[in-house]
Amino acid sequence: MNPFTFARALDAQDAVRQGAAAGSRFLGGGTNLVDLMRETIERPAQLVDVSGLSQQIDERPDGSLLVGAAVKNTALAEHRAVRARFPLLARAIASGASGQIRNMATVAGNVLQRTRCTYFYDRDGAHCNKRNPGEGCDALQGVHRMHAVLGASSTCIATHPSDMCVALAALDAVVHLQGVGGTRQVPFTGFHLLPEDHPERETVLHPGELITAIEIPALAFGANSTYRKVRDRASYAFALVSVAAALEVQDGVVSDVRLALGGVAHKPWRASTLEQMLRGQPADAIHFEAAARAEMADARPLRDNAFKIPLAQRTMVAVLDGLVTVHS
Amino acid sequence: MSTTITITINGNAVALPSDPRVSLLDFLREQLGLCGTKKGCDQGACGACTVLLDGEQRILSCLALAVQYEGRAITSVEGLAHDGQLHALQQSFIEHDGFQCGYCTPGQLCSALGMEAELRRGVPSYVTDDIGAESIAFSQDEVRERMSGNLCRCGAYNGIVAAVTEHHVRLHGKAAAGEAS
Repeated sequence: MNPFTFARALDAQDAVRQGAAAGSRFLGGGTNLVDLMRETIERPAQLVDVSGLSQQIDERPDGSLLVGAAVKNTALAEHRAVRARFPLLARAIASGASGQIRNMATVAGNVLQRTRCTYFYDRDGAHCNKRNPGEGCDALQGVHRMHAVLGASSTCIATHPSDMCVALAALDAVVHLQGVGGTRQVPFTGFHLLPEDHPERETVLHPGELITAIEIPALAFGANSTYRKVRDRASYAFALVSVAAALEVQDGVVSDVRLALGGVAHKPWRASTLEQMLRGQPADAIHFEAAARAEMADARPLRDNAFKIPLAQRTMVAVLDGLVTVHS
Repeated sequence: MSTTITITINGNAVALPSDPRVSLLDFLREQLGLCGTKKGCDQGACGACTVLLDGEQRILSCLALAVQYEGRAITSVEGLAHDGQLHALQQSFIEHDGFQCGYCTPGQLCSALGMEAELRRGVPSYVTDDIGAESIAFSQDEVRERMSGNLCRCGAYNGIVAAVTEHHVRLHGKAAAGEAS
């Protein structure tokens, strides 16, 4: 690990002030950043510890939640309102990492965690455009069964590893930011970027900008929701494919639906095509299958990950079927 | 070295390292000589370095920078026994062959104690059926899911689950142990 100085932020303003220094990085729970520093993939000159900032979860009168950036993953998953009104979020968090890591990791850190692509991690042995722009991507011809089938580019096929973020994408969450120039809010689905020609750019964050909170808008049918994660072993593994979904059915017809996919793209993948196709249609397997197929129509498999396309389709259908059963 | 910032380890206040790069794990093992906490992978994948934060919150000491825990209380495996008496969970591990080589055991013990606190608090897991319920039924499926962050290369998992189950039954009675009985 390279040498660095350590400072604790008193509040968001103080964090932004200290974070403006060259080579500064914000430190949340450290579960990803400390590991990346040990691998010398991240080499900050200064860490600004923001894990002591807002750990509040505010239930607002309109039914929305405002989740402080430093709220631990466990605290969000166990919150009564999250379990009752947004079970897809509680289940997504519970499916990620391990009990120990969920106790350490913050909500903002989860959002900003970096890909677990092994070529990104292999600083000495592999080429990676994300780590070193322009040098090539060894994953393209390498071991890539875990990699992206949607929205990838010829420069990067990495996936975003988060489970929580898949639920936040489905929930139309909003990211609250604070920088030297003031505050702003960004829709969660627009926060992470697809790789295109610049996989080193992963979010719309400006340099030194801090996530202060995640807002989760009310969702009337949020209680009828779930998260399903398909992986190589039953627990403590990253997703091959995951689905976060909420469904509202009236008289056998889909009146509203939210669905996002994990494990398939450089960012949590909101299934807008599927959602548009299903609204107003019968809530049955035939329509679910057609919409799931349409959602994956633009998928581009690599040599070893074509299985993700039918797996994603089947998982979407199974999750939606389950939500119909629960609802009726 | 100049200003003393401290952390409490097993009830004793000690000075934190001046180099912020030192992990909580290396601090315990290399600087305090508390070698019960083990370094397995040093990257958050195995759980061997699990310790308890502020009483009953399980964390991975390998991914923790010691300086980040200034003023906090850490319990390592050395802090579980009292007055020469093993913790009841340690006794259960012995009785149920909850280990073979023993390398993962300190992490398993701290993790299981943290897990029991989470169960009591109603923290849901991925296998919890009714995620909105106030309390969570103890089951071996819950134990296996919640302990999945602790690997055992000897494969003593059945003994570990049995030991954790017996400890739970001792505290809460058989009825609360669900399918474990």
